[in-house]
Order: sequence, then C-alpha cells, then structure tokens
Amino acid sequence: MGSRASTLLREEEIEEIKKETGFSHSQITRLYSRFTSLDKGENGTLSREDFQRIPELAINPLGDRIINAFFPEGEDQVNFKGFMRTLAHFRPIEDNEKNKNPPATEPLNSRTNKLLFAFRLYDLDRDDKISRDELLQVLRMMVGVNISDDQLGSIADRTIQEADTNGDSCISFQEFIKVLEKVDVEQKMSIRFLH
Amino acid sequence: MAVLGPGSASLRFGSVLLIVLILCGSSWTRDVLTGRNDTRPEPNREHHDQDQGHAANATKHKKAFPVLELNYDYVRMPFEISLWILLALLMKLGFHIIPRVSHIVPESCLLIFVGLLVGGAIKAIQEKAPVMDTKLFFLYLLPPIILDAGYFLPIRAFTENMGTILVFAVVGTLWNAFFIGRMMFAVCQIEAAAAAHVSLLSCLLFGSIISAVDPVAVLAVFEEIHINELLHILVFGESLLNDAVTVVLYHLFEEFSHAETVTVGDAFLGVVSFFVVSLGGILAGVIYGVLGAFTSRFTSHSRVIEPLFVFLYSYMAYLSAEVFHLSGIMSLIACGVVMRPYVEANISHKSYTTIKYFLKMWSSVSETLIFIFLGVSTVEGPHNWNWIFVIFTLIFALLSRVLGVVGLTFIINKFRIVKLTKKDQFIVAYGGLRGAIAFSLGYLIHEDGDSKNTRGMFLTAIITVIFFTVFVQGMTIRPLVELLAVKKKKESKPSINEEIHTQFLDHLLTGIEDVCGHYGHHHWKDKLNRFNKTYVKKWLIAGERSSEPQLISFYNKMEMKQAMMLVESGSAAKLPSVMAAADQNAEQQREPRPERMIPKISKTREAEIRRILRANLQNTRQRLRSYNRHDLFMDPFEDNMSEVRFRRQRVEMERRMSHYLTVPAKRQETPSVRKVWFEPDHKVYTYDENESARPSDSAALLDESNRSADGQSERQKPTRCLSDPGPNEDEEGISFRSS
Repeated sequence: MGSRASTLLREEEIEEIKKETGFSHSQITRLYSRFTSLDKGENGTLSREDFQRIPELAINPLGDRIINAFFPEGEDQVNFKGFMRTLAHFRPIEDNEKNKNPPATEPLNSRTNKLLFAFRLYDLDRDDKISRDELLQVLRMMVGVNISDDQLGSIADRTIQEADTNGDSCISFQEFIKVLEKVDVEQKMSIRFLH
Repeated sequence: MAVLGPGSASLRFGSVLLIVLILCGSSWTRDVLTGRNDTRPEPNREHHDQDQGHAANATKHKKAFPVLELNYDYVRMPFEISLWILLALLMKLGFHIIPRVSHIVPESCLLIFVGLLVGGAIKAIQEKAPVMDTKLFFLYLLPPIILDAGYFLPIRAFTENMGTILVFAVVGTLWNAFFIGRMMFAVCQIEAAAAAHVSLLSCLLFGSIISAVDPVAVLAVFEEIHINELLHILVFGESLLNDAVTVVLYHLFEEFSHAETVTVGDAFLGVVSFFVVSLGGILAGVIYGVLGAFTSRFTSHSRVIEPLFVFLYSYMAYLSAEVFHLSGIMSLIACGVVMRPYVEANISHKSYTTIKYFLKMWSSVSETLIFIFLGVSTVEGPHNWNWIFVIFTLIFALLSRVLGVVGLTFIINKFRIVKLTKKDQFIVAYGGLRGAIAFSLGYLIHEDGDSKNTRGMFLTAIITVIFFTVFVQGMTIRPLVELLAVKKKKESKPSINEEIHTQFLDHLLTGIEDVCGHYGHHHWKDKLNRFNKTYVKKWLIAGERSSEPQLISFYNKMEMKQAMMLVESGSAAKLPSVMAAADQNAEQQREPRPERMIPKISKTREAEIRRILRANLQNTRQRLRSYNRHDLFMDPFEDNMSEVRFRRQRVEMERRMSHYLTVPAKRQETPSVRKVWFEPDHKVYTYDENESARPSDSAALLDESNRSADGQSERQKPTRCLSDPGPNEDEEGISFRSS
C-alpha cells in the first residue's frame, strides 16, 4: 500500500493541490492515505459505494447529500483532487494567511465559500434559491418520520418568513448569509484536523 | 441637575431614613450579640406602664393580665436575619435612584462601601459586628449564586471552549499559586519586611488562597458590561472550574504546614487528590442531577412543588460533595447542567418561570449580603498592616495573572480554531477578580498561636487585593471595554433559522469528519446526542415528549412564547382566533401568518374590542377563583392554552393527518357546513360545503368502479379532518357502512 501511494501521488500533484487548497504537505499525504483506504476498487477514484461503506455516514441524516457534494455535476467518480477540493472548504481560516500572499481568487475556505457549500447542500436544483420544498426535504431528513408534514410545513413557513427579505418566499444566498451572520461560521464549519 | 431638584430633597430624606434604620438595626444586632435583652432604647409606653405596675404592686399582689407584652427573645434570630437582609436590599434599591453613580461604579463596589460604613458605625459604638462566618458563607450564601450560574450556563459556548477554560482554570491557578507563594517567600526574607518567621509552606498556602479568580465578583462585574459571549464564558468558566484546584491546594498546604517536610509521595498524592476532588464532585453532581430529572418525570400532578425539587436536589449535591471535601461548586454546576434539559421538558411553564425567578432572586440577595459582609468584616477583622508584604502581594498578584494569561494563550492558540487576540487576552487578564471566597478561606486559617499575627497579615493582604481588584479593576473595566472596542454581546431573539442551520451544520461537520476518518469534536458530540436520544430521554422525560426531536421542541417553545406575547399584549384582532384554537387545531399552525392577513381596524374600534374582551376575561377568572393552596387554579383562558392539552391535541391531529396526507387540503376559517349526498346504492358519504368540486369527482369515481373503501376514504378524510373533531367520530362509523 505504502509504495503504491507514493508512486501514484507525484510531487507536482502535491504542489498543485497545495496551491489550490492551501493544505500542507503532511496534510495532503495523510489525506491521501485515507483516500486510498476508502478506495476499495483501487482505481484511483472513489465511487458513491465507497462512501456509503463508511458506517457513520449511513446513519447521518444528511449522509446522501454530503456524498453527493463530493461528486461534480453528473459524474460518478471523484479523483483525489476533487476529494481535496471539497475538503478544503473545511479548513480553518487563518488570520496570517491574508498577510503572506493574498491569493488572486478567494480561498476555498473563506467564510463566503463555506456558506456557499452549505447553501448548495440545501439547494439541489442549483437555482440559487432554497425553495419551500427544498427546505421541507432537509427538515424531513433531520427530524425523522414521526412528525407530520403539516407541522414541518409550518416550521418551513416560519423559517422562510424569518429569513425572507425580498418577499419571494425563497431563501436566496444573500438572505442565507444574513441569517447566519450571528453564527460563528469560521469556527462551526472548520475541522481542526485539517489545520 | 435641574431634574434632580425635586428628587434630591426626597433623596436626602430617604438617605437620612436609611442611615437611621441602619443604626437602629446595628444597635439591635449589637444587643443580640452581647446577649443583652432587657431594656430597649425605643419608647414603649405600655412597657413603662408595666414597669410602674410591677413596682407599685410589689409582692403578694395578683399580677394584672398583661395586655401587651414584649418578648424579643422569641423572635431574635429570624428578626435579626430578616432585618439585615431587608436593609441590604434597601441599599440595593437606593443605588438605582442615583443614576450617575450607578453608571460609573459597579454595584459590588457600592455594596462593599456601604458595608464599610456600617462596620465603621458599629465599631464607633464600640461593639462587635457580625462578621462573615465561614460556615455561613460557604453553606448559605455561596450555593444560590453558583446554582444560578450553573443552571443557566450556556452549554454550547461552554463545551466549545472547554479546553481553553480548563487550561486557564487548572494550569493558570497552579501557576498563580506557586508564583505568588514563592515570590512572597522571597519577599518575607527581606530584612525590612520583618516577616522572616513565615515559612515557605505558609506562603504557598497564602498564594493558593489568593490565586483563585472569584465567580461572585466576576459575575457581579461582568454582568454589567455585557461583553461578548466568548470572553464572558472564558473568565466565568475559569472562575467556576478553578474551585477544584483551590480546594486541593488549600487542604494540601494546610496539612503540610503542620508537617515539616514534603516528600515526592506527598506531591503525587496531591495530584491524585486533585483528580478525585474534581471528578468526584462532578460525579456527585451528575447523580443528583439524574435523580432530579427522574423525579420531575412524575410531578405532573403536583406542579406546585416542582421548583423545590430542583433547588433541593442541587443543594443536596453541594452538601454531599462538601461532606467528602470534594469540590462543591463543580458538583453544583454538574447537577444543574445535567438536570436542566430533562426537567425543562417535564415541568410546566409556570414552574420554569418560578425556578428562573427564584434563582435570580436568591443569587441577587446572596451577592448583596456577601459584599456588605465583606465591607463589615474588613473594618472588624484582625489586621496587621505590613506595608511591604501588602504592596508586594498586590504587585505579584497582578504580574502573575498577566504572565499566566499571556503564556497560556500562546500555547492554547496553537490548538484553537478561533484564536484569542491581544484584546481578548487583556480582558481575560484584567477580569481576574478576587473576591469573598479568598477572604473566607483566609479566615479559616488556623492561627498557630504565635504573637506575630501572621494570619492578620495574610488577611490584610487578601483584603487589599480584593479591594483593589473589585474597586479599581471593576470600575475601570467598563471604560476600557469601550476604549478598546471589544465586541459586545449581541442581543438576539431565538431564531428558528439559526437553530435549523446550526443543526444542519452539525450533521454536515459530523459527516465530513467521518469521511476524513477523524474522531473529532463533532463525532463525539453526535455519539452523545444519539445515546441521549435512544436511552436517556426515554427514562427521564415523561410521556410523548421523550421522542420529540430537538427541533420540534425548539419550535414549540417559540410558538408558545409568541402566543403568550400575543395574549399579553392584548392584541384584539388575534385573540378570537387564539381562543377558538382548541377547537380548530389547524388554526394554530397559521399563527405566524395572520399578521399579514388581518385587515386594519380603526383605533377606537380596537380599543373597544380590547376593553370588552378584557372585561369578559376577567369575569371568567373571578368566577372560577378558588382558594385551594394545593392546586394552581387554571383560568379557563389558560385552560385552552395549557401546554399539555395543546400538545396532546396537536399530536392527536398530527397522527390522524399524517396517515393520509399527500397535499395539504384547503384550510377553512369557519366551521364547515355539512352536506350529505345520497348515492343510488345507499352509501352515505358526507362532504363539506366548500369542497364543492369534490362531489362530482367522487361521484364519477363511484360510477366508474367499486373502488375499495380505503381509497375513497382517503379522498374524503382530508376534508373531514379540518372540521370539528367531535362530529367526525360519530360520522365515521356511519359513513363506512356499505350495505
């Protein structure tokens, strides 16, 4: 396993990923070994079944959506670069990064990008709005089967009413950001492991 | 100033009155303490008459029946206590009349100042003042404050910063204790200090007493400056958790100061003792917390005593921990934290309010008394002013605090996601106030009987440090917070959006952690939640609420709060719909929306309606008022709104509807009118008037084929559900007879 890992992951690739995501060298190698351990088919890419084999993910209410988030539009396999790109959203934000070399494009783990990632998990049809139905689906996944649709519906209505500022009874990305302005997203959406 | 004009006259009168009352009170107290109980300075004509009567009718004369008698002994103790508390509270009231002062000076300072005055007054009368007895402080005055803090501890913030708090509390306090102790020992060796007799162990004992940040003082000061949640929880959490360290160090050094040598074995035992004290305290708290939660499961029939269970179990937790010299504070906190979610799910709303207000009330009274007693004891206590010792204590206390915070933050920041900035560090260091706990511990020190009055020296130094931190730091922290533009607490209403999205993010992060194969913070929290949901909640929460998801209970709470607010504001337009809610449950779920739909009524009409409703509501209340101490009387309005029925009806409705629901059927404002259609084959079905489209549909269906009764009942059910539940039951039986 070890030797295969080192031959499959070339230095240039590591450099590329480092530049794109901001992960450190040791991080990348560590996550690569995780990638290969998940990759039962040993073909350098992960499929949905590989993810579903993770036991805790199966009982996670949002398991399916999280898995989907790794796969780019319409594809069924994700390579290591794509894997890292998704995980990069959860890197902790560092203050001194701004001083060193301000990146040309916004880093993947900026507050806005983190929120965008979360937003896209709600907004399946990618129309940049969370509609009532989409919200209902997420609520249903989170509360289980014992609660009636009507009660969930009223919660969804209440949620949209609170957040909606332009009256289109959907939550747009801007409204989403505004609602979460009091939540410490930098802390909530970061995993220390990926530091 | 002109505004104060008319006020200042009454102010002067009021303050004169207060001072007179204080002096009377203290003279009463003084008399009690010296055991005198005969002649009173107050004029009492009957008393005089009685005296004369006695003198005149000497012996052998039948005593006249005493119409009015004075028997002070009988009520002495409770009278004194009540008088002291009353005076303390009047003082507290008095401060807020003077707006300028109360804005600049924190209340704690003012109270200590008053205590100083009272102590000085008593001393001037050459009498002994009541000092803060250690037992009184630790057993009666401290627990309410800690319980109040623990019960309302913001759990999320606390657990997220647990690592930081623990490091500050344990390592920081240890550092403080040893640094101060060592330095003071060095100072004591100086010729000029004239304190060479003080041993290293005594100095270490002194250091351990003075090193602990005090929760009472921190609460008193921080509550007024409304600082952001992170800093508040850091300083406050530290002050709570360092109790274990203080207890261990104190007992350790006290034991050792009598033995002359300290071995490594002793030091090791000290470390073990620390773990025993802290974990044991927490364990005791958890046990009592679980017991309390379990008890609250069965209190549905005696709601009035619910709050008492919370208080008594918590107090027992504290006392039980103190029996074994475990950390009582940690036990109390653990009990409150464990008990709260389950108890709140079980008890009524009124009990919840009662608990909240009683805790606030008791902790407020305790705090007031502590500060006043601190002032009185200062004037009274054994003093031995040793310039060098005191000055150096002060310097080293401040220095060690700053060094400790800066050093620890440097290490902690390597592990934190959100780093602590320099501003944060400054506030944390500056907020390290010492208070009454240090003073009481100082009082507990056994005087070894030497003439040098070491204890007095220690006490003086402790008091000086307390005064400095509370007065100087307490007063200046508010302008400093403004100056440094430290983030303040954001006042926000509970938002269902935040709740949903926060839970969403929790699940998301747990999933990502699983993908990474990393067992982090979220993973364990998720496991704990799951354990809680499957096992613990079933045992500790009564009835159907045990399986209610957190989101739903949050939402219900919000709706309840909003409904109560609507009721209280006497909003006329909404009241009728709310009152009829018991009958038409569908209405409940539309409460958020009516704001947009109800047309505006003219002001006069609104006032009129409001008046009529209020009058009627009052009438019904009066009619049903009963004087039964054992039942909370339920006024009929609240009856409709009572949460149990509310919930039960909701769940009932939900259960029925969830069976058949595809698309929510149209809702109706008014009770629907029934129409009965007769089918050629004598099947009877009922339809609602508004659903006029339906009959043709169903008729067509009927004609087409003999569909199963289920299929058709599914069509019909939604319409029927929305009308009165009552007639439903009757008609159900009728309609499905198919012959």
